[in-house]
Amino acid sequence: MLTITDLHAKVGDKPILKGLSLHVPAGEVHAIMGPNGAGKSTLSNVLGGKPGYEVTGGSVEFRGQDLFALEPHERAAAGLFLGFQYPVEIPGVSNVQFLREALNAQRKSRGEEPLSGGDFLKLAKDRAGLLKMDMDMLKRQVNVGFSGGEKKRAEMVQMGILDPAFAVLDETDSGLDIDALRIVGAGINAIMRSPDKGVLLITHYQRLLDVVRPDKVSILAGGRIVETGGPELALRLEAEGYDAVMA
Amino acid sequence: MTTATLPTRRDEAWRYADMDALARLGVAALDAWQTIAVAAGESVTRCLVVGSDAPEVHRMRVEIGEGASAAFFVTNRGADYTRVELEVRLAKGAHFEFGGVTIGGAGVTREFVTQVVHAEPEATSNQTVRAVHWAGATGNFLGEIKVARHAQKTDAAQDFKGLLLEAGASANAVPQLEIFADNVKCAHGATVGELDEGARFYMMARGVDPATAQRLLVQAFIGDAFVALEDEQSRETLLDAALAALEGAGL
Repeated sequence: MLTITDLHAKVGDKPILKGLSLHVPAGEVHAIMGPNGAGKSTLSNVLGGKPGYEVTGGSVEFRGQDLFALEPHERAAAGLFLGFQYPVEIPGVSNVQFLREALNAQRKSRGEEPLSGGDFLKLAKDRAGLLKMDMDMLKRQVNVGFSGGEKKRAEMVQMGILDPAFAVLDETDSGLDIDALRIVGAGINAIMRSPDKGVLLITHYQRLLDVVRPDKVSILAGGRIVETGGPELALRLEAEGYDAVMA
Repeated sequence: MTTATLPTRRDEAWRYADMDALARLGVAALDAWQTIAVAAGESVTRCLVVGSDAPEVHRMRVEIGEGASAAFFVTNRGADYTRVELEVRLAKGAHFEFGGVTIGGAGVTREFVTQVVHAEPEATSNQTVRAVHWAGATGNFLGEIKVARHAQKTDAAQDFKGLLLEAGASANAVPQLEIFADNVKCAHGATVGELDEGARFYMMARGVDPATAQRLLVQAFIGDAFVALEDEQSRETLLDAALAALEGAGL
């Protein structure tokens, strides 16, 4: 579903990704863990197509397409969802308006009919309920005045509404208390656990992986994948630390 | 009284005007002041979409009686020099509300010039202007507030924000406050910036195409100018007129 081959990328003059290769087939939840500065956020930003991140080598194939040939909005329409570590506030634009525009833009590019206002609200209410989020919050401006945890839950509501084939979730667990972590984890399972979907779950901690059980765990260090294993690898990291496991 | 000659840039109120366009328009047009009197206790709301392929100057004198209120909301989107000028005089306890948007490209100058005179005590005024420009265009807001010596408890506010979609466009804000009373509140603020790239990428990452992302962000930006307009239909008309002008903008 997502195949990254020998990916090199830099930010400004600084090379960050140095030959990263990774394959995530459909039906797999793949966790990426790694020390600070390893390149985890750069990986998610490169996959999303954020300006300022320059790909200097390698390729990414996503559902049979060259991902880098697509603009960020085309990647979304192709089924890629990027969960932001720091969701952006957009004053003056309501969540409902934003998400309806986003969903209908994606539907249009796939040759589907736009969703009516009523149908959209029904869908939004359903997905907000999944994340135990009040519909009133969706009527407010995008992420404006939301707490850190509310922003992360709102990201998952967005994911639920857009229903992507593949999600790259960049530290979705940061800033969440224990209850919110369970809610967000259950949301990821409900929305993305499917034989025809995939997830790249970037995280620092084991605790999210207790709820969203990964099929595979990879360690990203120095801009490359240095080790891949099953869920037990995350437990070893939690117990022993990166230095010990990678030694 | 007639204006014998065209103004020059040495006149403070014409400092950023397009003098060539004024010459094309002719001096006679500058004498066409429209007078609007709002009787004590009454309230008036005017919504205008101005601008065409030719230069336009709209000049209005507004007298707001005791306890009365007048609100003006304007979308200024001319394809040639377009100026809207308001001279306002507030009686005791009166209120003046102004929301204006200048929007456009094509190297054109669009401007609002206001002179708000708080002649008597306890009057309030609030002005919100947003300017969105590209392709070498200029948006100006020259806002003068005068508070007479005995106009105590005046509350006047002026807020300008410019959004430049491309290098080469410009926005000028000239707040001028002349205050002779000592118990007044007068606030003014002005900022000029560019489109929030972080917000734009966030929208695109959700599937919104670049043109729609730009339109949503511009809509949010200019929306402030029309917040005080209660009639939803009028607000939509002003917003739609502004956003239609955005169609020609680069991304």
